[in-house]
Amino acid sequence: MSKEQAPIDATQTSDDSNDSRVTTDSTDGADSTVSAEQEQLLPQLVAHLREHRAKLREEWVGRIRDTHLLQAMTPQEMAAETTSVYDNYVEVLETGSVEALQHYARDLSERIIPRGVETHEVVGIVLLLRDVLARSLFEKYQRDFALLNRVLDAYEPAANRIANTVAVSFVDERERVIRQQQDAIRELSTPVLPVRERLLILPIIGVLDGERARQLTEQLLNGIRTHRAKVVVIDITGAPDVDTNVANHLVQTVDASRLMGASVIITGLSPTIAHTLVTLGVDLSKIHTMGDLQGGLEEAERLLGFRVKRKDGAPTP
Amino acid sequence: MNSGPALVSILRQGSYLIASVHTALDDTEMVRFRRDLIDQIGRYRARGVIIDVAALDVLDSFGFNTLRSIGEIARLRGAETVIVGIQPDVALAMVELGMRTGPVATALDLEEGLDLLHARLSGVPDRSSAPAAPS
Repeated sequence: MSKEQAPIDATQTSDDSNDSRVTTDSTDGADSTVSAEQEQLLPQLVAHLREHRAKLREEWVGRIRDTHLLQAMTPQEMAAETTSVYDNYVEVLETGSVEALQHYARDLSERIIPRGVETHEVVGIVLLLRDVLARSLFEKYQRDFALLNRVLDAYEPAANRIANTVAVSFVDERERVIRQQQDAIRELSTPVLPVRERLLILPIIGVLDGERARQLTEQLLNGIRTHRAKVVVIDITGAPDVDTNVANHLVQTVDASRLMGASVIITGLSPTIAHTLVTLGVDLSKIHTMGDLQGGLEEAERLLGFRVKRKDGAPTP
Repeated sequence: MNSGPALVSILRQGSYLIASVHTALDDTEMVRFRRDLIDQIGRYRARGVIIDVAALDVLDSFGFNTLRSIGEIARLRGAETVIVGIQPDVALAMVELGMRTGPVATALDLEEGLDLLHARLSGVPDRSSAPAAPS
């Protein structure tokens, strides 16, 4: 083994000859020697990767382009980002500490998530880089299979850890964004609007989930008590979709309002939603619905005994 | 009849009976309340009954079913029942537990309940409580 190893690498220093001597009689003392050797190998690797930085990076960018990843980015951005990813990558190999990379990955994610870059792309490019570098190592050490094996032993765990770190950072960042947006949606709490004496409107905008539906019902019931409402118009024009859960929440809201003495008119059921509800078999027979908000308001005014008249005496539609 | 302060007061107002529940009732008290109220419906020949539960922040299913049965019994004896003053939390809990009032009417508060009874018993549509339209 040592016989073959010695002449192989011109860059090897005197340390290496030392090393090979250790390796020769290593059959019993195995583990510590191997890891010591790996520690030797990594700086070598890093030196190699630094040396061929421009070429390897070019190759990597070419591979990214071939696989159509990161198409949201311009070539200049791609060049800048790939350079820093490359440098960070090599740095992690050198230092073994992923902290800086974590930081960078989070930072990068923050920049690229809003531009629609997907998780598979980020993981994809990191894996591509890993492959490109591994390929170059193959090339470099192809004449010595045993040494190549040891090089890969040193390289692969580190590379995997990097891929893992980047993926996790990206997903973490994504989740942070999602949480932030959820908070924002929650703060966009549904307003309960008094439009006339004893008439409330509750426009529902956005997706209704269980939590939000409950919050909404609570607000509505408190609104009914505060404003002494007799009629409530719930407008769901802004709700993109209605499923069984949402429909049941609506029914509950209507029932609870009725318990507090207010009648509810639901408006803005789109043809699709109406069809869905019928198909789902939700029992809406006890629920008063009108086509649009205008119709709902007119009906509510009728229930309350209001009549809206134009000043010039022209008939209202 | 009760020892200590009254848990429920039943007042007579014309042909209506107004029962206010002041505090949460246990099952025995609930049953006694039902007996008293139904007795009085017969005694005073009441046409309408209002049960005010505004002071309650919890209402269990037994209590609720008792109130509902009061409504049904009262109807058989010729009186309309309105439950008034159900609090938002109570209303929410009731629908989540699947309690339905069935034929028993509900209203926001005592005033609304009286309006509702007036409307029902005089046979006109329920509009009496609406504020007059600005002319």
